[in-house]
Amino acid sequence: MSAPNKAFDPVEVTALHPDEVERAVREALAAIAAAADLDALKVARLAHAGDRSPLALANREIAALPPQAKADAGKRMGAARSAVRRAVEARQVELEAERDARVLIEEAVDVTLPYDRQPVGARHPLTTITERIADIFIGLGYEVAEGPEAEAEWFNFDALNIGPDHPARTMQDTFFVESPDSGVVLRTHTSPVQIRSLLTREPPVYVICPGRVYRTDELDATHSPVFHQVEGLVVDEGITMADLKGTLDHFVEAMFGEGISTRLRPSYFPFTEPSAEIDFQCFACRGASVENPENPCRTCGSEGWIEWGGCGMVNPRVLRACGVDPDRYSGFAFGMGLDRALMFRHGITDLRDMFEGDIRFTLPFGIEF
Amino acid sequence: MRVPVSWLREFAAVPATESGRDIAARLIRAGLEVETVDVVGGDVTGPVVVGRVQHIEELTEFKKPIRYCQVDVGPQHGGVRGIVCGASNFAAGDLVVVALPGAVLPGDFSIAARQTYGHTSDGMICSERELGLGDNYDGIMVLAPGSAEVGTDGTTVLGIGEEVLDIAVTPDRGYAWSVRGVAREAATAYRLEFADPGVAMDDLPAPDGNEQPSECGSDDLAGCGLFTLRTVVGFDPTAASPGWLRRRLTACGMRSVSLAVDVTNYVMLETGQPIHAYDAAKLRGVVRARNARAGETLTTLDHVDRTLDGHDLVIADDRGPIGLAGVMGGLDTEVDESTSTLAVEAAHFTAPVVAHMSRRHKLSSEASRRYERGVDRVLAPYASARTVALLLRYGGGRYVGMTAVEGPYEPTVVTMPADLPARVAGLPIDGAVVCEHLTAVGCSVEDAAPEETAAASRPDAVLRVTVPSWRPDLTDPADLVEEVIRLVGYDQLPSTLPVGRGSRGLTTDQRLRRRVGLAMAGAGYVEVVSYPFVGTADLDALQLPPDDPRRSVVTLANPLSDERPSLRTTLLPGLFEALRRNVSRGLDDVALVETGLVFAPAVHGGEPPRPDVSGRPDAAELDRLEAILPSQPRHLAVVLTGQRVRQGWWGPAVPAGWADAIQAAREVTAAVGAELSVARGERAPFHPGRCAALTVAGTVVGHAGELHPRVVQAAGLPADTAAMELDLDAVLVAARPIVPAPAVGTMPVGKEDVALVVNETIPTDDVLAALRDGAGSELESLRLFDVYTGDQVGAGKRSLAFRLRFRAADRTLSTAEISAARDAAVAVATERVGAVLRG
Repeated sequence: MSAPNKAFDPVEVTALHPDEVERAVREALAAIAAAADLDALKVARLAHAGDRSPLALANREIAALPPQAKADAGKRMGAARSAVRRAVEARQVELEAERDARVLIEEAVDVTLPYDRQPVGARHPLTTITERIADIFIGLGYEVAEGPEAEAEWFNFDALNIGPDHPARTMQDTFFVESPDSGVVLRTHTSPVQIRSLLTREPPVYVICPGRVYRTDELDATHSPVFHQVEGLVVDEGITMADLKGTLDHFVEAMFGEGISTRLRPSYFPFTEPSAEIDFQCFACRGASVENPENPCRTCGSEGWIEWGGCGMVNPRVLRACGVDPDRYSGFAFGMGLDRALMFRHGITDLRDMFEGDIRFTLPFGIEF
Repeated sequence: MRVPVSWLREFAAVPATESGRDIAARLIRAGLEVETVDVVGGDVTGPVVVGRVQHIEELTEFKKPIRYCQVDVGPQHGGVRGIVCGASNFAAGDLVVVALPGAVLPGDFSIAARQTYGHTSDGMICSERELGLGDNYDGIMVLAPGSAEVGTDGTTVLGIGEEVLDIAVTPDRGYAWSVRGVAREAATAYRLEFADPGVAMDDLPAPDGNEQPSECGSDDLAGCGLFTLRTVVGFDPTAASPGWLRRRLTACGMRSVSLAVDVTNYVMLETGQPIHAYDAAKLRGVVRARNARAGETLTTLDHVDRTLDGHDLVIADDRGPIGLAGVMGGLDTEVDESTSTLAVEAAHFTAPVVAHMSRRHKLSSEASRRYERGVDRVLAPYASARTVALLLRYGGGRYVGMTAVEGPYEPTVVTMPADLPARVAGLPIDGAVVCEHLTAVGCSVEDAAPEETAAASRPDAVLRVTVPSWRPDLTDPADLVEEVIRLVGYDQLPSTLPVGRGSRGLTTDQRLRRRVGLAMAGAGYVEVVSYPFVGTADLDALQLPPDDPRRSVVTLANPLSDERPSLRTTLLPGLFEALRRNVSRGLDDVALVETGLVFAPAVHGGEPPRPDVSGRPDAAELDRLEAILPSQPRHLAVVLTGQRVRQGWWGPAVPAGWADAIQAAREVTAAVGAELSVARGERAPFHPGRCAALTVAGTVVGHAGELHPRVVQAAGLPADTAAMELDLDAVLVAARPIVPAPAVGTMPVGKEDVALVVNETIPTDDVLAALRDGAGSELESLRLFDVYTGDQVGAGKRSLAFRLRFRAADRTLSTAEISAARDAAVAVATERVGAVLRG
């Protein structure tokens, strides 16, 4: 610290001399510019802009100047200190940006590291296809109906116009619950759910019945004693076979793609009359493989059509057994295999894959196929 | 049913330009399921002709016998040719089939004149196999004497190239088990005249009055409403079936046996009427249809001894049963190689009677198959006349006459509104078109109000339709509707889309089950679908005690496997099997989930009711139907093994264990918004010290934990396997329908940590409950964040560290208030579970 000034010291103080101020500023700016990092800048700031820096000390001398000189010196010192302060701030911003950039680079990681920390899960495609079909029909104003898998023979056969002597009721086709007179079978189709729906709902009835069914087939690549079906049932006033056709057209398009059409062929089921087999146009080749050996289709075997199920107009005898007046109401029903649909939709060649539970089969299906 | 196209053309003159595939397409459109169109024989081109062997020179200088033959193939084919042949099953004078140079046989086998065995062989004498007609290679084919002219085309004579329609006949269309029935459909499809072989009586000579025909009768006119027996004497038992007949039988998949048997089969194939020929010399007295008496026996043609009961309908003579009616004849009265007197039976047996016998005796025959599906009620005398005419033509003999008995027969009449087909189809179909199609099917159609002219075209006209005798399946208006619409063509149907009204979408349970499925997949479980069949060994592997309710199973009367005859009471055996399979295939970290029904025997049971189907069953009947059913709750189960958190660059592995199994239950309850509480449990197949009982809404819904070491060993599972099973239906019952929104406090939070030393037998849940109860209403959350056991807390003890967060709704809690609340919490824990605050 310099010696205390006397009041109104007539002597001009050296430190306030313009050349001295200019030199101090020059030295300050050089030091600030030379600061290579934030620590160096701090040192430079203390040395050139701190309380004991030459400029700060010089500033204190202003008070000792004669009044006429104060204004001039004050203005000069203000400009000098402000220049230094701005230089410090600017350098500070520069150095901080440099530091931040460096830190972020240092913190970088390999984002391609695999992270299979927890095993992933998946839903069975049978579940997913069932839900998808349910959603298609819910969109048409249907409800999803369910029923027991161990079912009364009356629901599985009698009410469906399958009389006691019908060949389907032999042990060659149907699992009977012991004893054979128990009147209970493992349902051979989801059609008993149609009967239950008609007994528990008032027409109009629009239901879709997905579920597991049983037949006494030994397991092989294309047969299984346990398989899955979905059936639809509509009973309403004025329902026609054209309505059946239109519903199947809509369904198949929703499942397999725009423009895929259906074909009905006359057939026989005890619970529908008239009855038909359902074919739909092959979604893979759209018929282009027919009589075109250059371009065979594995999905449809170059037939152009895929057989998918049965359908028909609900037999009035079935309506009567459920207490529905066949003179007022008519209806249609259709049914198809879900396992089979998955097989041709996804190119599954061996049905057993679906029931073995090997996670390598199911995982690729994820939660939506 | 296999139908050679040439046979079909005898009754429906389908243009020659139409191929078998063309005809098949028309029949498929009309509702006959033509599965394939086969071609008789292989691909044969070039000259293949009938020849006669004139001279045989045996060549003996070779290792095997060789013949050098002179064969006359007709002047148009160069007359007599020299042909070398290695077979020796023929003699001079025999008719044979010769492939001449230029012919190409199946397998691209070109025939040319060639030098062999020291001679020029100018063609080849053919075997069945060389022509693709069969596997017979025992020798060359020798045609029946006089069956063909020398020089004629051999492929025509042998029927090579004939197309055969193979039709899968649906159960309602019994008439299609005949050429007659299929030809009728073809005639309709092509709009041709149909020459019905079932109504044309073959010309038979007047019965020879010097001999008596065998007599017949029916004691059961309900089961056998028509029985006819025609007798032929002086039949030549050595007469052979003509080649054309044998070829047609072969094409239809039947073996040629003898002329008598072949003719009965031929007429059955042609008309659909099963025919049985008896050796009349072996019959004793009147041949009659009657019910069997319990204990009677019969040896059928297949050499099986059968014991009969009172439900069997038999054909009997004075000695007793000689045939199962409509199913199979008896061995005692069989036609044999010396039979010269034939009694030809053609009868009508009702479908249920034959179906019952066929099933009871596990015996299905060409005859029973047809009767079960319905045989033309009036056809018998026509078909037997055709049979006798063919027998006389090819086997000689004299016709002695027919005896017959017949019950009353009224054709079925169905009345139907003329516009019903149009209403069902959703397509305008004129009344005249309806009548036209019904007539084509064989119905006769009258207007129920005959005074109105052209009434069928009126929308309110009612038709009175008399159903033909060969269509017993047509009983209801709906059956007639199908006939009309299929002949109009299903491809004519428009496409309209009806939409339901008032659907509520998925039910709550259905929606929640989807949530659960997604949650389990999200938690890393892979869904499996396994078979529900279990056996005692599966339940033993779970170490279930003898009185465990899961041993009370529903068993199948006819299981596929005797090892697994019952239905599952738990999902675990199926999951264990899937887990074993994954592990054996080298997969280490496996977590599986299954959702499905389990089965328990019906509580009430009782006689199964069989409500009448002519109307809705009453409520009591429906209740009784439900009562016989097993209870079938839906369970969800998981099984997991290996690493739950895998080892990796992030750190070490965390093995799957009991905590994950319990957590799986929490995933389920969280997904549906139910409260799960976990308590210590004990239940097979779990480790007794590592088993949790899972409770929802006060009910134990399942268990979770690690498996008992004995189970692990018995079931062949990895040592650390954990599992969980719960009753999903019971969980869904407790699902929370509406969540009350919490009040979210914004005042500052106060945090306190406490470490409590407790006996290690104290369940953490109890400590948590005590702290919660003691902490007062300002406690916002309570979390266990550490568990310590070791020297510092002493043997048999553990230290549990909890973090308590306090917050008041309306003010900042003071330090003193927070401390007081913490102390109160600890005090209750001390009082209830002996917790000691750790210093």
